[in-house]
Amino acid sequence: MNSVEYKKKKVVCTTCPLGCKINVIYADADEIEIVEVKGNRCKRGLEFVKQEITDPLRVVVTSVKVEDGEIPMASVRSDKPVPLRLINDIMKILKETKVKAPIKRGNVVIQNILDTGSDIIATRSVNKKK
Amino acid sequence: MKYEADVVVLGGGGGGMAAAKAADKNGANVILIEREEENGGVLNQCIHNGFGIHYYRKDLTGPEFKETLQEELENTNVKILNSAFVLDVNKDKQLTFVNHKGIHEIKTKALVMTTGARERHFNSLAVPGDRVAGIFTAGVAQKYINLQNLKPANSALIVGSGDIGLIMARRLHLEGIEVKGVVEILPYPGGLERNVQQCLRDYNIPLYLSHTVTRVEGNKRLGKVYVSQVDENRQIIPNTEKIFNVDSLVTSVGLIPLTDPIKFVETGPGFITSNTNQTSEDWIFAAGNCTVVFDLVDYVSREGEKAGKYAALYAQNQYFPEQKVKVIKGKNINVLHPLYIDPNERTKLYLRVSKTFKRAEVTVEPLGIKMVEEEARPSEMIEISMKPFKDKNLKEIEVSARELG
Repeated sequence: MNSVEYKKKKVVCTTCPLGCKINVIYADADEIEIVEVKGNRCKRGLEFVKQEITDPLRVVVTSVKVEDGEIPMASVRSDKPVPLRLINDIMKILKETKVKAPIKRGNVVIQNILDTGSDIIATRSVNKKK
Repeated sequence: MKYEADVVVLGGGGGGMAAAKAADKNGANVILIEREEENGGVLNQCIHNGFGIHYYRKDLTGPEFKETLQEELENTNVKILNSAFVLDVNKDKQLTFVNHKGIHEIKTKALVMTTGARERHFNSLAVPGDRVAGIFTAGVAQKYINLQNLKPANSALIVGSGDIGLIMARRLHLEGIEVKGVVEILPYPGGLERNVQQCLRDYNIPLYLSHTVTRVEGNKRLGKVYVSQVDENRQIIPNTEKIFNVDSLVTSVGLIPLTDPIKFVETGPGFITSNTNQTSEDWIFAAGNCTVVFDLVDYVSREGEKAGKYAALYAQNQYFPEQKVKVIKGKNINVLHPLYIDPNERTKLYLRVSKTFKRAEVTVEPLGIKMVEEEARPSEMIEISMKPFKDKNLKEIEVSARELG
């Protein structure tokens, strides 16, 4: 049997702008087991901590080029958080992405990016160039 | 052309759009004036998420927050004048503005100022060295990258760790610009803790606390930035100099409330208002970053809504405060808003402490309001909700903070 190592970590919850500083003690075995969580002001903090010590997730935001648009760029985001470790690869894909105007807020730009289960969606509308 | 309105809202950002919406809802005939072609102000270029958690109970990006508010506004009778710049506001309740069709006048009953803030410029820091290209405010760099598809830098150093600085550090990094660090003169970061995590630590961007830029050098374009450590009195510590070879310096060194073009209202430096957003001129109301600089657009829109509501009531002769209680900045309080309270109405008090606390107790006396705030920092605004208090003899209340340890 492996000996269980207890680790302490200070996690800043990025779920909302309050940014709770959460102190967590967890057992770093084959399956991570949380022993103690302190400092979160809501239960979303607990979920966040669990995710943060296994595989941190972040929302990707950037902008993509627009063809025939009133403005040259449309801002986009992932509709769900994606693994932080994939953000560089996602950015590479989005750098090469072009969409055609008109764009409506919420339009899917790329479906299920890198198999994350998250779509890249437009966060603003761009009309066609007049 | 001559226009008439019950309420004019000046500035179509997150505060002004909410103000116009609320003034309309409260029965006023409203004109919203915005100098840009489209409403939204800085929200248009703030493509990151984190907006709307309080106001819409949803995590939105800046453009999503703006479009949601814009759609609500389009369902009202508010007249929106874009690409219109206000030149003058006079005491006879008249505004003069210019657009591509010429010069126009508006006669109004009440005015809501939601003009926002401007970025403090590098030149105000009085850093010696060459005056070269490659020094931008964070907002300008953000506009180039997010709206105009320009790449303003190959390598950058950020000065100032306010939220815009932190967000731009991540943005530049993700756009393939080498970010060599963020320099902050204070011993703590200026922005929200969550932004230090998700903008700097996530990408291993160094944060140099208690450091300052001492010199900039270059031939036409920036080449070198000199940085030294400072002591607790902000004096440079000798032999701590670091030289960064970067072609850009991005500044995020604070925002200044914009009160133009009004000169006859009490300011300090933003508009000084009551809890009902009324200024020293009783027909002028103000909300958002032209009063004090807020942490979140959610607060700005909430303040805007309140200003719009009271301006509409005032314009229809339904709001006249009988009493004004002064709010005094007590010990360890740096920013306090509002500075007057109409005790018949509810109050949201916003404050910043003047130093860091392990555990701060914030008190409002003699009302007996006490609040404990863990790890209070000047960069994170504290909010206190207060009920109406009817005490005819009360002239002033005092807000202060102390360490509980």
